[in-house]
Amino acid sequence: MRPLTYTQALSEAIREEMERDETVFSIGEDIGPVRKRDELWAQYRKNRVWQTPISEAGFAGLAVGAAMTGLRPVAVIMYCDFVTCCMDPIVNQAAKLYLMSGGQIKVPLVIRTPAGAGTREGGHHSGSLESWFVHTPGLKVVMPSDAYDAKGLMKAAIRDDGPVVFIQHRLLHGLPAQSCPDGEWIVPLGQAAVKREGKDVTVVATSYGVPKALEAAATLEGEISVEVVDPRSLVPLDLKTILASVGKTGRLLVVHEAPRRGGVGAEIVRRVTEEGFSLLKRAPKVLGGLNTPMPYSPPLEDACLPQPKDIVKTIREMVG
Amino acid sequence: MLTPEKLTEMLRLMRRIRHFEERLTGMYDYTSYLKKGDTAGDMYDFASKGIIPGAVHLSIGQEGAQVGMCAALDRDDYVTSTHRGHGHCIAKGAELKPMMAELMGRRDGYSRGCGGSMHIFAPELGLLGGNGIICAQLPLATGAAFSAKYRGTPQVAVAFFSEGASNEGTFHEALNLAALWKLPVIFLCENNLYAATTPAEIALASPDVAGHAAGYGIPGEIVDGQDVLAVYAVAEKAVARARAGAGPTLIECKTYRFTSHAGAGKGQHNNPAELAEWIKRDPITLLEEHLRADGIMTAAEQEALKQQVLADVEEAVVFAKQSPFPSFAELPVIPGTEL
Repeated sequence: MRPLTYTQALSEAIREEMERDETVFSIGEDIGPVRKRDELWAQYRKNRVWQTPISEAGFAGLAVGAAMTGLRPVAVIMYCDFVTCCMDPIVNQAAKLYLMSGGQIKVPLVIRTPAGAGTREGGHHSGSLESWFVHTPGLKVVMPSDAYDAKGLMKAAIRDDGPVVFIQHRLLHGLPAQSCPDGEWIVPLGQAAVKREGKDVTVVATSYGVPKALEAAATLEGEISVEVVDPRSLVPLDLKTILASVGKTGRLLVVHEAPRRGGVGAEIVRRVTEEGFSLLKRAPKVLGGLNTPMPYSPPLEDACLPQPKDIVKTIREMVG
Repeated sequence: MLTPEKLTEMLRLMRRIRHFEERLTGMYDYTSYLKKGDTAGDMYDFASKGIIPGAVHLSIGQEGAQVGMCAALDRDDYVTSTHRGHGHCIAKGAELKPMMAELMGRRDGYSRGCGGSMHIFAPELGLLGGNGIICAQLPLATGAAFSAKYRGTPQVAVAFFSEGASNEGTFHEALNLAALWKLPVIFLCENNLYAATTPAEIALASPDVAGHAAGYGIPGEIVDGQDVLAVYAVAEKAVARARAGAGPTLIECKTYRFTSHAGAGKGQHNNPAELAEWIKRDPITLLEEHLRADGIMTAAEQEALKQQVLADVEEAVVFAKQSPFPSFAELPVIPGTEL
């Protein structure tokens, strides 16, 4: 075992996949020669790491074309908000080509994008847009919440015949290193993880919502027993693990940072309600971001996002 | 130098495009648009009702650009196409039977009935599909060219598009990336003077699309799109440049669409005099005259070729009508994304 940060985990995953498969390459803005401090990339800078102009629709479309013709690109969209500049290649091209071609064209593409608020960057650098992609048939959507999952899921995403949207919350990069095994591992898409076992309430949390939920669970220790489930991938969604947890606790709270309206929480509640209504002791709840663009000022930004104290309060209401 | 066999084949391909598309007249069903309350007016030939359920965009009149470009390509070179793409497919070697079956939504179609007229894929011919999103195919072709260069194969990619597409941001993004990285891609503009119903003169700040090439430091060629041999000459040079690693070329073919935006109606241009002038320079007629003048083909041989193509088209219609509809169980869905 050795300590591994979220950032190191992702670099390691991509580097290992590049070593394993010469069709894997990385493409995006500011990812190449300027990142000299990242020695992991040194040997690949020439042909495997393509630093692009500021041209999201151009290089994302290029990556789709490359994926259609035998390569496995990892395209980096520097901020999740910037996907608005390349929604066509992702949503109209990558997601639809397999079906429209009658199953002839595969698009083994990973769109990797840092996301999330809490970084005091204002309205154009704070988005959590996963529900747009969850709503797009043909895409897989992955949101790892720790270093172990980040590495294992990135490797699975690169090997997947895709396309996969890989969303990494920016604040996860700054968390303390996690103890991880040496060597390589895969976390298959579509397998949730129980991050903490409990018996009174199930908290299904995504991305940076997971450390927040774990903090809330620790606060409630001795008072309420909280089970924290991380779906890890939203498409495919491991409903079985979620239903098993709800079967144990009878209560479901979903926590995510994206706005609550039309969000993934609503979708998870729909699935659990339709397929596990009898397991529920009370109405499920969703804690999400407010339905506002993200403000800059720290007290305002914090007030727009679900915080550990909000999770604690909601759990007390649900269990009390 | 083009051999007599190659010239005859180019004529045959132009006739295949022409008669395939002419045969579609009366086979598509635009009454469904009326039922849906579409108010697009004379963009569509609403009188038509038939066995092809969806939209059909014809390129009759533009065969010179399509065949001239594809005649310079090898089988494994890539082509990305438009919503008006039958000609690109046929010029690249597509068979008429699976094309017609695709238009009818049948199981034996190139895309198994899942794509339709605008989405015909044949990877074995390098056909990477038509695109319903204007200009989206330029970055895709740029990516296919990137892929060929990355893998070290001699393949080139061609993106067909129209003058209307040159107003999209992705046109400029694709040209910049392709020029920057010297990718083996050819951007082939069929400037047919109309984007759906919008005349180029009220949509393009500069009338020549090829002029944009200068901004990216690549060759920009303007060529008479009605003259298939002139197009071929420019295309051959662009392909050689791409294969040599010298990068992309932008080719603008000045051409004209003899029919309306969708379907075979002639009303949309609202300019019968302009249409009549362009029909005088029908690319098929021009090539036939040239081949007769050079003693390569006789009028009788050309008539026989036409009759053979017409028979091939009829065979394709019979084949397509006999092909079953795909079953829902065959719907190609990426595993894991359906739930």
